[in-house]
Amino acid sequence: MTDQHEAEPSAEPAAATAATATADGTGAPGPGQARGRLTGSAIIHAVTEGNSVVITILAVFVALVIGAILIVASDPVVLRAWASFSYGPGTALSATWSSVSAAYVALFEGSIVSPATISAAFHGGSIAAIFYPLSLTAFEATPLILTGLSVAVAFRAGMFNIGAAGQWIGGALVATWLGYAVNLPIVLHAVVCIIGAFAGGAVIGGIVGVVKALTGAHEVILTIMLNYIMYNLLAFLLTSQNLMQAPKQTNAVAPGIASSAMLPHVGGPPPQVGVGFLVAVAAAAATAWLLSRSTLGFQFRTVGASPSAARSAGISVERVWILTFLIAGGLAGLSAATIVQGQTAPLTTTSYGTFGFDGITVALLGRARPWGVVLAGLLFGALDAGGTVMEASTGVPSDVVNVIEALIVLFVAAPPLIRLLFRLRATGGTGPQAVASKGWSG
Amino acid sequence: MTTLTAPVRVPVSISRRYLAAGTFILLGLIDIFVFGVFAHSGDARFALSLPGVSPHLPVIHVPGALTSYVLGAISIGLGILRAVVDLPRWGKRLTIAVVLLCFLLSLLAWADAGNSVGPLQVIDLLQGTLTASIPLVLGALAGLLGERSGVINIAIEGQLLTGAFVAAAVASVTGGVWLGLIGGSLAGGLVGALLAIFAIMFLVDQIIVGVVLNVIALGLTNYLYDRVMSPYANTFNAGNTFSTIKIPVLSNIPIIGPIFFDANIFLYITYALILVIQIGLFRTRWGLRVRAVGEHPVAADTVGIRVQWTRYRNVILGGMVAGIGGAYLTVGSVGFFTSDISSGFGYIALAAMIFGRWTPLGSVAAALLFGFSFQLQTELSILRVPVSSFILLMAPYVATIIAVAGLVGRVRPPAADGKPYVKA
Repeated sequence: MTDQHEAEPSAEPAAATAATATADGTGAPGPGQARGRLTGSAIIHAVTEGNSVVITILAVFVALVIGAILIVASDPVVLRAWASFSYGPGTALSATWSSVSAAYVALFEGSIVSPATISAAFHGGSIAAIFYPLSLTAFEATPLILTGLSVAVAFRAGMFNIGAAGQWIGGALVATWLGYAVNLPIVLHAVVCIIGAFAGGAVIGGIVGVVKALTGAHEVILTIMLNYIMYNLLAFLLTSQNLMQAPKQTNAVAPGIASSAMLPHVGGPPPQVGVGFLVAVAAAAATAWLLSRSTLGFQFRTVGASPSAARSAGISVERVWILTFLIAGGLAGLSAATIVQGQTAPLTTTSYGTFGFDGITVALLGRARPWGVVLAGLLFGALDAGGTVMEASTGVPSDVVNVIEALIVLFVAAPPLIRLLFRLRATGGTGPQAVASKGWSG
Repeated sequence: MTTLTAPVRVPVSISRRYLAAGTFILLGLIDIFVFGVFAHSGDARFALSLPGVSPHLPVIHVPGALTSYVLGAISIGLGILRAVVDLPRWGKRLTIAVVLLCFLLSLLAWADAGNSVGPLQVIDLLQGTLTASIPLVLGALAGLLGERSGVINIAIEGQLLTGAFVAAAVASVTGGVWLGLIGGSLAGGLVGALLAIFAIMFLVDQIIVGVVLNVIALGLTNYLYDRVMSPYANTFNAGNTFSTIKIPVLSNIPIIGPIFFDANIFLYITYALILVIQIGLFRTRWGLRVRAVGEHPVAADTVGIRVQWTRYRNVILGGMVAGIGGAYLTVGSVGFFTSDISSGFGYIALAAMIFGRWTPLGSVAAALLFGFSFQLQTELSILRVPVSSFILLMAPYVATIIAVAGLVGRVRPPAADGKPYVKA
């Protein structure tokens, strides 16, 4: 969370909401607060008062502690050791420690780096293997970043996009169809599929924007309904032999896409940093430019801050709604492209996973800032990648990782709680609140 | 209604009057050109009593295609009426109800016409509608309890899921389904309390807390299910359920009896909660205060209403109501907890609440619509209607979009919904 706009101090939470919503491009520093200077006193200041970086680190720490309690409390070995605590307190403590450390070491080794691969590299092993966990993290993060951006764009325009899942499916259907039904040369084919996925997601998002603009219907209802429509549409298409079901298949599965449409991996296996990840980063850069440097982005943020003020200023609010959802849908569609084109498995009725809803948490953790979303996506990607390894090596269900992720979002959003827990001095404000508490009214 | 739209609202680009009329006519055309034209020849048969149950009522026969034509014509007529005459408010609502009813009847006539499997079991359909609606109704009531006092409750899904989990576990461990029901309710209340603490005390964005609580509830129940509940299923997931209670006299009334008065305790609890919350919100001092806090907390505070306390109480009460809805999913129906048993009902309840404009009766109507669609899908698959079940499953959601866009339009949430109250 080192985004440059994060350190906005403010006198009161309501003002913080308004200030971050409008003063994004400038990130105006508050009175008497020097930013960006890493002097000794500034660091001490940051730690004692808890700036957003410190708050985030502490939030992650608290979430991991709670996750540890969860791991321990459901581990039969540890519980048995505690039941006979009075006979051997040392046994109980060491069982607790080994249970937690085994899980978290696996989590770390699965997502960042495993010391075993480093020592193996010194003894003639593969150097590339060192980066394998990191590449998995990037791989897991890619779709999350893109759905996160989708939700974030809508947040900035004052709307709640619960429909990234449906838009994801829209993109996936188009990318898959273009991938197997059309013959194009390599590179061009992949690019066409990516554009198609963006368009497919944008159509589904666009329906929401157009219906909202024409009739005033609430986007939360529309997006939830479209999610269910798309789940069923996907299932329908993938079970109809004359539509999108793979030939001679009885399962709900689409044909595999042509190799010319696949997104290549940079550096080849095993470090699979796919082109998909680069697409995600490029999308984040484009979104950041759009939101903070373009006229359209200014209109988005103005409508997000106050639709009636935007209207008074001559901005067509309906047009902004439609464009916002077109772009949000397109970003969710791109997320689908990275999955459909990034891995060899064909599209199935469960391919959409939880990308859409995870996008909400990623966008919230990234405070609806494009680069914040990238960092949040990477953090979640790391936890997801590590969680899989943890489950495989220690048997702790990876669901605990989802709990930890959610707790991180919660604690990052609750600086007063973290300050209370660690006895940090309050700075008067509740910290930056990027996602405006606007309620339903849009 | 549009006439009450506050001046700051952004005006809608198409007049509601013509939009509603257009929607009526569209539905009428669907009645005629889809259900009428594509109906198989032969009669549609509706059985009004369950097989083998006395008193036995005759099976109603109607010609399939003709019925749809007539119903479609009625809808189109009402559409024209709506466009030409500016009806009073009750008249508008009545026309909406009639047109929706025509649409559903025409759909049923199409489904059953010329079908060899047998008559459509109307009682089954309506009975199933009510029970399928229970978690949605309770979820929507939970949502509006919070939102009427100014706290957005997106955590309905989490409350349902936690309620379902705890209810199954408690009922299984203690062997008492009532304890399961109470446990589920308290668990939902706990999630509500967490929402309240973070939203009110720590001023966290309410949408963030809600989403996060849903994720935590899903992760936690999955985790505990994998690690504890499923390995020791005999202890923690034995599948206890409530038995059916027939209300003595009322359940003997033909048609109405089996639909409304022959179910387990959850349906009766739901009736009671709908009544209590509807009357409570609009006819009691408590309700007036809650609405005041949700609309204008500063004013409410000025006259001595405790804003934060009202919000805490309402959010926690809402959580308990949703917890009962969650308990229904386990001890009220299948008995066993399974991973993600609430499967998005909380979000549908949320949509029902918005659809119903934050009123108990409106939310119930919307929830019933969803419940009906779920049950209809089951009935239609029994009749072996030659349409992919996925298309049928899609239908209620398409219908909701049409209804929300064409008939409801812009809704106005409580003015202070989602805005934390910080005393100046």
